[in-house]
Parts: sequence; structure tokens; C-alpha cells
Amino acid sequence: MAPPEAATPGAGPPVLQALGVGKRFPGVVALDDVSFGLRAAEVHALVGENGAGKSTLIKVLTGVHRPDAGELRLAGEPVRFQRPFEAQQAGISTIYQEVNLVPLMSVARNIFLGREPRNRLRLIDFPRMNREAAALLDGFGVRVDPRRPLHTLGLGTQQMVALARAVSVQARVVVMDEPTSSLEPREVETLFRVIEELRARDVAVVYVSHRMDELYRICDRVTVLRDGRHIHTGPLEGLERMRLVSMMLGRDMAEVRRDGVTGFAADGHDAARTPVLTADGLTRRHQLDGVSLALHAGEVLGLGGLLGSGRSETAKALAGGLALDSGEVTVAGKVLRRITPAAAIDAGISMLPEDRKAEGIVPGLSVRENIVLAALPRLSRAGIVSRARQDRVVEIFMKRLRIKASSPEQKVGELSGGNQQKVLLARWLCLEPRVLLLDEPTRGIDVGAKAEVQGLIDELAGEGLAVLLISSDIEELIEGADRIVVLRSGAPAGELAGDAVTEPALLEVLADSAPTPRPAEEAAPR
Amino acid sequence: MNAPRPADPTAASATADPKAAPAPLSATPSVRAETEEPSGRERLLGLVQRQGVLAVLLAVILVASLLYPSFASLDNARGVTVQASFLAIVALGMTLVIITGGIDLSVGSVFALGGVLAAWASQWGLLPALLVPLLVCGAIGLVNGLLIGRAGLAPFIVTLATLLGARGLLLAFTDEGATTYLVPKGSAFAWLGGGTVWGFGIPLLIALTLFGLGGLLLQRTSFGQGLFAVGGSSDAATLMGLPVARTKVLVYTLSGLLAGLAGALNAARLTSGVTILGVGMELDAISAVVIGGTLLIGGAGSVSGTLWGVLLLAVIQNLINQIGSLNSSYQSVVSGGFLVVVVVAQRYLARGRRST
Repeated sequence: MAPPEAATPGAGPPVLQALGVGKRFPGVVALDDVSFGLRAAEVHALVGENGAGKSTLIKVLTGVHRPDAGELRLAGEPVRFQRPFEAQQAGISTIYQEVNLVPLMSVARNIFLGREPRNRLRLIDFPRMNREAAALLDGFGVRVDPRRPLHTLGLGTQQMVALARAVSVQARVVVMDEPTSSLEPREVETLFRVIEELRARDVAVVYVSHRMDELYRICDRVTVLRDGRHIHTGPLEGLERMRLVSMMLGRDMAEVRRDGVTGFAADGHDAARTPVLTADGLTRRHQLDGVSLALHAGEVLGLGGLLGSGRSETAKALAGGLALDSGEVTVAGKVLRRITPAAAIDAGISMLPEDRKAEGIVPGLSVRENIVLAALPRLSRAGIVSRARQDRVVEIFMKRLRIKASSPEQKVGELSGGNQQKVLLARWLCLEPRVLLLDEPTRGIDVGAKAEVQGLIDELAGEGLAVLLISSDIEELIEGADRIVVLRSGAPAGELAGDAVTEPALLEVLADSAPTPRPAEEAAPR
Repeated sequence: MNAPRPADPTAASATADPKAAPAPLSATPSVRAETEEPSGRERLLGLVQRQGVLAVLLAVILVASLLYPSFASLDNARGVTVQASFLAIVALGMTLVIITGGIDLSVGSVFALGGVLAAWASQWGLLPALLVPLLVCGAIGLVNGLLIGRAGLAPFIVTLATLLGARGLLLAFTDEGATTYLVPKGSAFAWLGGGTVWGFGIPLLIALTLFGLGGLLLQRTSFGQGLFAVGGSSDAATLMGLPVARTKVLVYTLSGLLAGLAGALNAARLTSGVTILGVGMELDAISAVVIGGTLLIGGAGSVSGTLWGVLLLAVIQNLINQIGSLNSSYQSVVSGGFLVVVVVAQRYLARGRRST
């Protein structure tokens, strides 16, 4: 009657087990008596808000952190990992949310780093390594010359390389921390196929994601963490979505239901008649092909499109971060002659970049320093920065954006993703912009902070700011934007306005654009 | 905000249910095709970046040979190459260190210390004359490595400290330079420095052998790949499970060993340990490495480039000596000029590669 263990996901004995694990950092208890069991051939979702302890738990499982209390058991045997290397030796491999590979090294070298195939002389066999890397990637639907340096590939492809590395070791456990955050829908499908294969091979997968659809689609069981504590473990099937969200948030179900999934208010904004910013025929070889849009005060304009459709490039071009071959940008009736970042800021354009880590936040500086960074010229007289004025500005924004930090002097690197994003937002709001360009403002931040950031976007538009919103989260785009301009291969593909801003309508325009990949664009540097 | 807000958000996500929308898995696997081959321009730029210094070296040699027949003589070539081999050995270690994103300022002092120790130990024969400097200089490198790799201190500070420390040891050992140790004439050790094979000095042959081995180590072993990874992204290397600390300890030890060996060979050539040698040699080594195309921030580089860089510096020096009318101090000016040109070119090339 009882089927074999491998065939029933979630029924076998734990492959990897954390028992009463505790971990504290100066001033914070990151994990408090958390137990977590992982069985062979199951996909186990690990969910919780940022600061819930997911990342810490993952780092304990993968040997980055050593627990202060409790123990890990691998196939029943107690283990202590001193370094990530030891965890990997034990068959636990990890894909991190931010691609953690070496950009200057080739694709194949990245995949095989530390366990390169050798020839008889014990020297690295590069032809074999490149062949195996190509075959491996081919299996994931990625066709790329394995000799190419990693940094010449798009972010999504880089993530696939990380995936190839993680599964090519004979892993018993694969930990995936937000693996889909930089993937296109097609690549997400590939990832899911790989996960199915892993499951068939009896590998246990820990899957961390904020995307509910993904969790319900591929995960067998779920563990919810909140404030460093274990809240719930159980099968996902039959668990109501609302109940899961309410467990993560620690909020009442009715409350969640009333406020909706996103933090946007239900009503639209009163947009002004004349546009604050108009872009006309923005063109750049291989990237943008005649993008035009008009942005009005008090509206949220969504910019839709698949990864690589030129969304981020458009925003970057408007902010002066990407030189244009042709095209014209007009702000408040004045044509911008040469669009440099400084000229854009002067004209009142502020941009929140896609990649917080690389393009925005300075993790070693304090919250205060990060916020006033861009506004320093305005806060200083004759080159001398007034500390009192800084403190005033910082206080206002920390309160207004509800930034959670122990003090304005806390290092930004220590904050959660959501709070980092708010600090960046504060930095640009200090400049009193007319136009705010938001590129994936809620990517990689937890449900609660996401709703808050979304609420803020709403408020800002309500106060008369013109907001351009780029988001891969369709729900966010639909509920957040008053109008949506859809791009395809760097060219405008359609516009949705008024009652036409619906999910099916957007999907239809997007789906049209699906089968036109542009390799040149994918390979474009960030 | 024109989207109709559903009463129950779960209903909204039903439309987004991926089971309904995307293509079935049995369909042809999605393919993300990155451009298959690097473009011709990209390749050319890559080649120039890697071997540009070789082209410059050949051009300089060609022009010099045409202008100064005395430059092109075999004797001169033998002299230049032997002279350059000591710096080359030091720069080899420096290349590996810089590829990890570090720097080793101690090599000049360690070079001098190695020379004096070798001269002192040579009274007991060839083996002590090599082993003593290697042991001591390797130990200094090990200290560098432990402080940088395990204790996480900044390479600049640590190796600055050992630069001063090694120089101090040297002065103490030679009674402030008053005592000079001589290498016995005609000993096997003296032959290591002064001997020749087909007219080419033994130090040159040793240097070339070491470069060959260094190239294999860097390009064809896991340790070598680890050097690139540590220099390219130390965090990623750690998370990928590479032994980052051990790699750093080893690379600084290796640099110390090579500097000590170079010093010993130099002492064998001069048949005495000279205290004042090696001042500023670390900077020559760094220049040669950077001119050779290795990125000062780490993560990319080659030992062959360093070899050409060392030769370029040596040829320039020799050329200025050939001209004769020029003050030899100008050598530094020209070398410095080359360094600036190379760094600017590297930057330009890097940009060119990115914008393809």
C-alpha cells in the first residue's frame, strides 16, 4: 500500500535537518530555535518577510554562517560546516539571488571553478571543460559560447550559468534563493523543468521566492518563518493563499483581504493635461528603436515588456545614463540638449535603478550619508555641508518613508532589501524631482515592504509627481499604473489606458512580443 | 489605477496561473541564444589587450636595431636578458599576487635580503646558498599571506610593514652594511649566476623555466583559476566554496620565495651580497606587471605579458644607455611614460570591448 519513498515527495526521512537552530548578530536575533527538515525528492518552499530569517537559515544550511545554538543533521548524522566549501563537499549547493560568479572569467571556468576536469598530466583540460559546459547549458536551453566572459552575458543568462554550476555537482540538496528574480518567463519554465528533473533524481530543493504563483506551482511543502521564528510547516496543497500570506505577515486574514495583495489604492490619480516629460523617438543602436512616451504630473505610467525589451534602457536614457543616437527629451516644455545624469537631475528627473547593489546603494555608508549623497550640493554652502540641515532632511524622509533603521547612522548594508530601497527612494526625493523613474522598485523585497513601497508610489503620484514604473510583476504593473506603454525589442508595441489596463490585455500585447529574442540586446552590458 | 479590483485577490491570481498561460513543457525547449562567437572586433581588442605590449616591444626592438647597430648585437641581447631575469622572477610572483587583487610591496627588501643570505650561506656550498634565502624569504611571504588571507588585513599595509622589516633584518645582519659576504669564486653557486649555456646566462634560463611553470600554474591548474576568481570577486569565490584564505596565503608565500630566489641568483652573479640592492624594485615589478596587461584591480592578467613588460623596461634602459648622450635618469621618465600610456590604453580597450 505504501508507495516507495522516492515516489512520494515529502514522505521520506530528512536529508538535511536543522534542529533548534539559533543565530544572533550584534543587536539582532536572526534565528531563534528554528527547526527545519528537508526530505529527498521534495521541493520545499521557504517563505517569510525580509528579516524573517530566511537568508540566515539558508546561510546556516550552506556553511556561510555557523549556528550559535542547535545543530544540523545530514542524513541523520550531526554535521558542522566551517566553510561553504564543506557544505558543498557534503552535497549542498546554492544559487544566490544576486549572481555570485566571477564576471571576468569565462562561462565554462565559472561552472567548473574548483573542480575543473583534468587531463593525464593533472592539468586542466579546457577543450573538455568547454564541451561539458556547452552540453550542460544546452540542457537548460541556453546556447552560449562557454569561452565568453560571464560579464558579457545578460543577467538572466548569468543566473542560468549559476544554476548549471549548482546542479552539475552531484548535489543532494539544492538551495535556490529567489532564483527567478532576474529570469524571463521562458527561462522560468526552463528552471522549473530543471527542478522537476532534480526531484526525479531524489534531490531535495529549498525554494525561496516571493512569487506565490511559483510556490504553488512547484513546491510540495512550505515552511513559514517570521521574526526569526518558525511559524508553520506543511503541505502547500490545500493551504489557502490568503492564509499563507497572513502567516507571513502575522496579520489577520480579513485585513489582508481588505487591503489587497499589492499596496496600491484602488482609485486612479488625477493626471494633469499637459505632460511634464515627453520623449520622442529615443533611438540607440541595438537597444532602443524609436521609443516615445509622455508622462503627466500625478500619474503612474507603467512601462511593460519582457526582459530585454528596452524598458530599463528607456529609463536609463531618460536619466542620462545611456547615450542616445537620436531622439528628443522635453521636460516642462524645455528640450534637453545633452542628456547627462547631471542635466537630468537639474531638470528634475530622478531614477531608482534596477540593480540596487551595483548602481545605487553604498552599503558601507550610513543611512544618513546614503540619503543626502545626491543632495549634497544643495545642502552645502561654498562647499561646506551643513550637518544640521542634513539631519533635518534625513529625519523627515526616514519618518515619511517609514525607514526602519536603528539610527540614521546605521550602515545601509545592514538593512533589509525593502529598507534599502526606501533609502534610495529618499535619496532621490531629497532632490524634489518632478519625474521619478522606478526600475523594478519592489524586486527582491518582502511582501510587507513591497506593499509599503507600492503605497508610497501611490502617495507620491497623488502629490503631483510624474512616475514611470517598470516592473516584471504583472499584478504590480496592472494595479499600480494608470496607463501602460508596452515595448518590444526596443520599440513601442502598444499602449493600454483607462479600462484597457487589465491583465489579459497586457498579456496579449506581451505574448505578441514573445518570440522575438534579440541576442545583441541580451548580450548588452548593463 | 484602472484595473478592476477583485474582491478576492486569489481570484486575480487565477488568471495569472502559469498552468494556463505558458507553453507546455514538451514543446521545444526555450533557447536563449547569446551571440555564438565573439565578434572580430571584440577578438582583435582582446588580442591587443593581452599581447599589445609584445607588439610594442617588438616595434621598439626593431626601431632600435635600425638606429643603433650596437643594440642589435648578440652580446647586447645576452647582457640585457640576463640583467632583466632577476626583475622578471620577482615580477612573476607579483603577477600572481596582483591577479588576486593584492599587492606585494615587500619584494624589493626581500630580494636584497635573499641576496645577502645566499652570499653568507654560500660558504657552505650550493644547497645552503639556495635553501637559506628560500626558507627565510618564504617565511616572510608566509607571514604576509597569513596576515592578509587569515587576518584579513590590507595587503598594502601588511607588505609595507614587511618591506621595512626585511630591510631592517638586512641591516642588522650586515652590521648596517659594514659586513659584506662574498660568494667563493668558482663555486657551483657562483656558476648559477655567472654561467652560460650557448652564451645565454643561467639566470635567464631559470627565469624562462619559471615563467613556463608559472604559466601552467596560472592557466592550467585549479590553484591558478582560484587566483583569478579571488581577484575577480572574492565574495563569489567564497560562496562558490573556493579556499580563498589558503589561496592568498600561498600566493604571498610564492611571491616571497620568488623574490628570495631572484635575490640569491643576483648575489651569485655579483659574487657578493649587496645590501643596498632592491630599493624601489617592487615598483619596477608592479610597472612591468601592469604594462604586461594585468589589471591592477585583479581578476585578469597573464605571466607572458609580464615577461614582455619586464623586457620592455630592460630594452628602454639599454637603449638610453646606448644613446649615451642622454642622462640615464631619463630611463625612469620613459618607463613612467609607458606605464601611463598602457594604463590609458587598457581603459580605452576595456571600454571598446564593453560597447561592442
